[in-house]
Amino acid sequence: MISFNKVSKIYSDHSAALDGISLTIQPREFISIVGHSGAGKTTLLKLILAEERPTSGNVFFDSTDIHKLKRSKLHQYRRKIGAIFQDFRLLPNKTAFENIAFAMEMAGRPDEEISADVPYVLQMVDLGDKMWNFPHELSGGEKQRVAIARAIVNQPDLIIADEPTGNLDPINTYDIVQILKKIHTLGTTVILTTHNKGVIDSLKKRVVTMEKGRIIRDDPTGKYVL
Amino acid sequence: MWTSIKRVIKAGLVNFYRDGFVSLASVLIMTVTLFVIGGVLFLSATLQASLEDLKSKVDVNVYFIASAKEVDILALAGSLRTLPEVRGVEYISRAEALQNFKKRHERDELTLQALQELPDNPLGAVLNVRAKEPSQYEGIANFLKSDSALGSGTPSIIDEVNYYDNKAAIDKLTGIIRAAERMGMAFALLLVVVSISIAFNTIRLAIYTSREEIGVMRLVGASNKYIRGPFIISGILYGVVSALLTLALLYPLTYYLGDSTEAFFSGLNLFRYYLAHFGEFFLIIAGSGIALGAIASFFAVRRYLNV
Repeated sequence: MISFNKVSKIYSDHSAALDGISLTIQPREFISIVGHSGAGKTTLLKLILAEERPTSGNVFFDSTDIHKLKRSKLHQYRRKIGAIFQDFRLLPNKTAFENIAFAMEMAGRPDEEISADVPYVLQMVDLGDKMWNFPHELSGGEKQRVAIARAIVNQPDLIIADEPTGNLDPINTYDIVQILKKIHTLGTTVILTTHNKGVIDSLKKRVVTMEKGRIIRDDPTGKYVL
Repeated sequence: MWTSIKRVIKAGLVNFYRDGFVSLASVLIMTVTLFVIGGVLFLSATLQASLEDLKSKVDVNVYFIASAKEVDILALAGSLRTLPEVRGVEYISRAEALQNFKKRHERDELTLQALQELPDNPLGAVLNVRAKEPSQYEGIANFLKSDSALGSGTPSIIDEVNYYDNKAAIDKLTGIIRAAERMGMAFALLLVVVSISIAFNTIRLAIYTSREEIGVMRLVGASNKYIRGPFIISGILYGVVSALLTLALLYPLTYYLGDSTEAFFSGLNLFRYYLAHFGEFFLIIAGSGIALGAIASFFAVRRYLNV
């Protein structure tokens, strides 16, 4: 589904964030990417989201070369991906309901569908009672659950979760991972980056370990080893 | 299509309301800008009125010899009226000229007695010629001097054209009027440019606070149009609210200034002028407010859309 073909990314200070990465992710896979800070995990995800361009190499989503897409077509491509971030990235002046509705409006979904689906996904992440709260009125775990609801509401082919539990306590971390697992069992590809050993070990899924912009280990049912 | 327009408008209205403080600041700054634009309109109106008043005080008098026939004079007046630069021609017959003279010298027994001694009315008829622009008097004077005014061959019936006496004064006045117009416009333009750039910057700052949101919107798959739309709606709303505020504020202000300006600027009452030209004021101020808000928002958002 996603394949990296000898991808390098060099930022302006000449340090390589990614150094000749080749990686293939199959549909319906749950893949975790681990590594120290600065290993290149986030850069990898930014390339998938087309937030950054590779210095050399290609990134393919199915058969499209992501970085050959026109800027004006990018938003259509991004609708196939649900993104979850460590810092939540909710729209601060919209309520939980509106944050999720926004993603649906972007996709051009009709109003009736929005008013039916948004409460449904909010129930799914156990936030049915916080629908009309603004982000600043929610806890970290609640915000992340709103972000997940926003990511999944358009039923994307791929979920990208960049250290989604980085700012959360163990109980919220456990909840978030359970939700991600559930999304995966419903048939969505999930790419997760994390520092959390417990999360990786409990998943028992494919683990890719990165160091200094390179992949140093790729285990089909891996453990967290650094 | 209609659904997305509806959503964009709704989002713009909601953002305007929820970012209340930012909206308030933008509206106030924009009100100042529109106030300056309104002020410039008044300034140009008063300038125009004063200059018109000054211009109307300038004229050229054509004195005819006493023996000139009235028909010839009227014929000349007729041909003067056909000139494009002439605004009006006033004919003062010999009898009227005498009456005016007598009236002017009412208290001057000696002069009146001297006049009585004369067998005939010594005064010639006069044409008072007003041009549309002071600079055009020279052309009119040249026309009078040329033969074409009276058909060639006939002896001139014109005794004197006082343009040549007044030339220096008229030239100076023309110069002053031109300079005043130019300086007034330059000053007004400068004020408008400065205040527009301040309003522009304010809106840019207002949108700067939303730059991260714009990035988030991009990442959840929003198209540029959809991101930009609500900001432009908010910008238009800033314009509408500040235009209404400006128009409302101008009412008591011109009312207060009306009488004093009437005395000072040769009969131009700002309050009455404002009421009479309210339609134009409304169009210009509301139009510039809306255009300013929309254009400023458009460019401000564009900076942050490069994700």
